Amino acid sequence: MSHATAPLIEVRDLGVRLNTSRGPAQAVRGVSFALRRGETLGLVGESGCGKSVTALALMGLLPDSAVVSGSVRLDGAELVGLSDSSYCKLRGNRISMIFQEPMTALNPMHTIGRQVAEPLRRHTGCSAASARKETIALLDRVGLPDAAKRVDAYPHQFSGGQRQRITIAMALACQPDVLIADEPTTALDVTIQGQILDLIADLVEERGMSMILISHDLGVIAENVQRMMVMYGGTVVESGATDAVFMRMGHPYTQGLFRARPRLGARKGTRLKTIAGTVPELADLPAGCTFADRCGIVEARCRVALPAAVGVGAGHDVRCLRTDVSMADAAGAVRV
Amino acid sequence: MSAPLTVPADSAAIAPGASPATGFWRRALRHRSFVLGAALSLLVLGAALLSLVWTPWSAYDIDIASKLHPPSAAHWLGTDVFGRDIVSLLLVGARSTIMVGVIAVGIGLTFGVCLGLIAAARKGWTEELIMRMSDFTFAFPAVLSAIMLAAVVGPGMLTSITAIGIFQIPTFVRVTRGSANAVWAREFILAARAAGKGGFRITIEHVLPNILSILIVQATIQFALAILAEAALSYLGLGTQPPQPSWGRMLNDAQTLLFQSPMLAVYPGAAIAIAVLGLNLLGDGLRDLLDPRLARER
Ligand SMILES: Nc1ncnc2c1ncn2[C@@H]1O[C@H](COP(=O)(O)OP(=O)(O)O)[C@@H](O)[C@H]1O
Ligand code: SF4
Ligand SMILES: [Mg+2]
Repeated sequence: MSHATAPLIEVRDLGVRLNTSRGPAQAVRGVSFALRRGETLGLVGESGCGKSVTALALMGLLPDSAVVSGSVRLDGAELVGLSDSSYCKLRGNRISMIFQEPMTALNPMHTIGRQVAEPLRRHTGCSAASARKETIALLDRVGLPDAAKRVDAYPHQFSGGQRQRITIAMALACQPDVLIADEPTTALDVTIQGQILDLIADLVEERGMSMILISHDLGVIAENVQRMMVMYGGTVVESGATDAVFMRMGHPYTQGLFRARPRLGARKGTRLKTIAGTVPELADLPAGCTFADRCGIVEARCRVALPAAVGVGAGHDVRCLRTDVSMADAAGAVRV
Repeated sequence: MSAPLTVPADSAAIAPGASPATGFWRRALRHRSFVLGAALSLLVLGAALLSLVWTPWSAYDIDIASKLHPPSAAHWLGTDVFGRDIVSLLLVGARSTIMVGVIAVGIGLTFGVCLGLIAAARKGWTEELIMRMSDFTFAFPAVLSAIMLAAVVGPGMLTSITAIGIFQIPTFVRVTRGSANAVWAREFILAARAAGKGGFRITIEHVLPNILSILIVQATIQFALAILAEAALSYLGLGTQPPQPSWGRMLNDAQTLLFQSPMLAVYPGAAIAIAVLGLNLLGDGLRDLLDPRLARER
């Protein structure tokens, strides 16, 4: 395989078992995907579907009690089962992560300059002076006004959007190959969300990074990634090129998410269509299809075993036994 | 596309100010228990420092001829059963008290904080082992461990300091581990780990600074406990040995003359009370001032 086509990060049959208050439970099952350099992948699903757990598994940041199975390869090197000290050399250096809460993702006791410079000094071993220069350049690049002056300020002196810019600078300091953004704009004002997403998109393109963007918002996914995976109950229920998934939604859950999205300009008084029921607790995941309890076209056989993913188009897979029915309906579902 | 061309909408800065410490002293001077506690603690510290350069009389010279004098111009608070000047004894006693407190709390703080931080950082069986060990140590009160230690190496100031210090370790282990675990659960730790930091650096750079105020408050309160323990041990004859004056020792000496000269017991008792009260008020004040959230949890 030539270098250009070899995947940068390849995940095969990733599984995570977590200790919950009600005993061990399978939080993530059978997640597989591959990303080449410069590609972007979206991960979408309601809260509690296992998106963050998947991301933390890739980062090696799950609690020690978690059991990770399957394989995660970064440039061909296996990460599952890697020692923490080896993982430390990768995190922030080759694979970075941005978190949901910019208000809490920074240490209140240290200046932002110090926190952004840290990964630089750690991984590149550069001097304090050059790290500082680089930090100011980075802060400037992520659009922090007056970066040179404010580099010695503390986190509480910045707004939420500014703090998210700072955490982005921190994540990108060492020019990582892979960026995982876990709901990077969920905690921000709507007006700022777009700016932050644009910034991330620009930086991803500028630096040729691969990105995994996590969101519960289909709109965010639609506009920002080439490929997407829809997660439900710890499994990927639908995956494919973003256009293809939106064009021909195959899974009843994807269709439900689409119908439930809030729309701008919706007529006043129109009620949001929500998906009936709630995301199941990890400990009560149904035996067969994880979506069975909320699915409108569920049949007895759906509850027997986890449905296999079936191809419904080029690189477009759906984990449902009744795609014939659901995709016949889909035309109606997608019409706005 | 490179640098953003438009100024982001969120560029409006939030009040630029200095570090979070701003205004600490202004608030401190308005805090009644902090001011009173600091004043009493400084009084004891001042007495100890003064004793290094000056005492009205020698605190060591025995002069049986002038024993049990009532307060006079020469001996402001009178003399004890050996004819030693009470004021001088109290001043030098403050020195022993502070020394014992500093060293014992130093021992407890050093070992306790290290073990607590390790427990929080390593989790698993390491944490379990450290916590069980500290439970075990906690089961032996300072007096008991001092008696055991004295049986082996003989009584003395060093024995009592060591015993008190060891007794303080578990308290610091618990406080450190509890607050460190709370810091470890915060998101900036995850972000720091995502940036490639290892457990040791996170502990030093992120956990320790965030629990420092809790440790300062705890150390102040433990200091008061150490003073009480030292007085108790000296009173029992296990601590500071004669002729070295100490407040506990003075209480012991006064015991036999309780009906004849009750004031002999009142002076060292009052000195101990002032020191303990001062440190406790100081600790409470610091708790309010350093972390308002802690005050509410009480
Ligand atoms: N450390 C943990 N211990 C136990 N359960 C967890 C832990 N982290 C997440 N979970 C559970 O795993 C499921 C998936 O969570 P998560 O991945 O955070 O969802 P989301 O898709 O919203 O990011 C949830 O049911 C959550 O309660
Ligand atoms: S497998 Fe069955 S229950 Fe699951 S989504 Fe498809 S139709 Fe619904
Ligand atoms: Mg999440």
